[in-house]
Amino acid sequence: MAKDKNNKRFLLDFEKPLEELYNKLEEMKKLAESGQIDLKHDLAMMEKRIESTRKEIFAKLSPIEIVRVARHMQRPTTLDYIGYIFEDFVELHGDRNFADDRALVAGLARLGNQSVIVMGHQKGKTTKENIDRNFGMANPEGYRKALRIMRIAERYEKPIISFIDTPGAYPGIGAEERGQAEAIAKNLREMAELTVPFISIVTGEGGSGGALGIGMGNRVLMMEFSIYSVISPEGCASILFRDAKRANDAAVAMKITAKDLLELKVIDEIIKEPAGAAHADPQQAAANIKEAIVKNMEPLMGLSHRELIADRYNKFRKMGVFEEG
Amino acid sequence: MTSTLSIHNWFKRRQKAKEPQNPRDRLDIPGGLWVKCYKCSQPLFSKDLEDNLKVCPKCAYHFKLTSSERIVQLADQESFKEINTTIRSTDFLKFTDSKPYAKRITATIAKSKLNDAIATGICKMENQLVALGIMDFSFMGGSMGSVVGEKIARLIEEAIIKKCPVIIFSSSGGARMQEGIMSLMQMAKTSAALGRLRENGLPYISVLTDPTTGGTSASFAMLGDINIAEPNALICFAGPRVIEQTIRQKLPPGFQRSEYLLDHGMIDIVVNRKELKSTLVKTLRWFANGKR
Repeated sequence: MAKDKNNKRFLLDFEKPLEELYNKLEEMKKLAESGQIDLKHDLAMMEKRIESTRKEIFAKLSPIEIVRVARHMQRPTTLDYIGYIFEDFVELHGDRNFADDRALVAGLARLGNQSVIVMGHQKGKTTKENIDRNFGMANPEGYRKALRIMRIAERYEKPIISFIDTPGAYPGIGAEERGQAEAIAKNLREMAELTVPFISIVTGEGGSGGALGIGMGNRVLMMEFSIYSVISPEGCASILFRDAKRANDAAVAMKITAKDLLELKVIDEIIKEPAGAAHADPQQAAANIKEAIVKNMEPLMGLSHRELIADRYNKFRKMGVFEEG
Repeated sequence: MTSTLSIHNWFKRRQKAKEPQNPRDRLDIPGGLWVKCYKCSQPLFSKDLEDNLKVCPKCAYHFKLTSSERIVQLADQESFKEINTTIRSTDFLKFTDSKPYAKRITATIAKSKLNDAIATGICKMENQLVALGIMDFSFMGGSMGSVVGEKIARLIEEAIIKKCPVIIFSSSGGARMQEGIMSLMQMAKTSAALGRLRENGLPYISVLTDPTTGGTSASFAMLGDINIAEPNALICFAGPRVIEQTIRQKLPPGFQRSEYLLDHGMIDIVVNRKELKSTLVKTLRWFANGKR
């Protein structure tokens, strides 16, 4: 279970049944430490009970509860995953035009024996970090940096892996003036034509155009408790239902969970999260992601430039549901 | 104005007539003879306004146009052949806001006589073959769902077959939320199709009209070889209200309007509607001229 600096647990309200069990467990541990009675058996029982309760809770999360998990302050970030999954990471900075965007990180890395390019939105885990990272909301220079570095991958024939975790592209005056729309649009067109294997993974929040702006992989994967949507449930509620409090209904209606999106064939695969979600065991979550990357990259590595472009084009060309005739 | 005679009302600015959301309702005032300009309040004889391409002769305010009005203004007579007219939106998410999306589609089609928020076809402009797409704001705010995305992709593919340039007029509030993630994916689809067009060496002219926002501006609308905007059109990624709420600051005057974007290097040229056709024709001729 994720804990903060003061060793306090972060429990979301639907995890409340766990709190009591945890407290009991700690009491028992103290008792056991005092050495008066042997509680080994009872402790094991209690741990089992916590495990099964946790499983039960996470097996039936509602969409809005999944949103809360996806946005969890302790959820592993892109740099966390990069640290666990890759070796020899060298972060690269700047769009060569205006600035370096700290809300989107990118660089050189190695996956096993293979040199790769990795990139992703970067959130913080504390308010201070989040301000530094602009809450993972990239400006145009972030998207331009991403494209610049994708071009390096292309020039040197290295595969690309992108991690998606953003509330959305930043809505600010400067972002508009410097062409947020153009930066994203250009990335979409250019990503479609990349000549190297490209895998995108939604690890937390897949917020609209800001997510898609680095998300046009040959394969798009999603973590079990991540979300991907055209607008935040709150935004949808306030615009369409004219009541921001109906985010719950919006989250259900828009179909934003990994399970829903697999059914809609917008994503290719769901990456399992450890018990209690990724923040409960970041290392295990990263191991699961690594396994999924390796598995999905393998068939792509054998494809020619032409085949890779066709594969990606056909994937996105097919998207859409309509009637005809 | 309120009917109470309060002293506060004396100092209140007189409210201007607000432009209705649906341009079809706009000029249909009883009798239909006179219209007030939504910007300068000048009374205008509606026939004069039509003759002036629905641009206010006094203040140059550009009234919104329907796709059919645009086609009349731009295409050589009878030359526009609409394609993909039988493709229709469907409520695959069973999405209900104030009413079910399925009902909204049926009602909007019945009222607008359009099949969705864009008309696409092949036409001639001063004898030059063009694949033309025109969005219609009156159809659910010009929102881009699966049908808009599909029609644009097919229009581009048709242009590749016919080896002709593409012109798309945008007028859109962005992605169609009732189609959830599928509306987002249309951004990827249309942008990828434009990549193919470029690979085939064919030009694309994007004409941004009021308003072009959200998912539409962050995909095909901003990707023209040439980006042309009508005067004073709202063009943005995030709408002014969203930005104000996020940063809690007043926005600069003229922010996100065509001229502001021109100043910031985001579009090539702002063209008054009266010069729009001739500008497009000149541009098409430039492209049509053989390679050196």
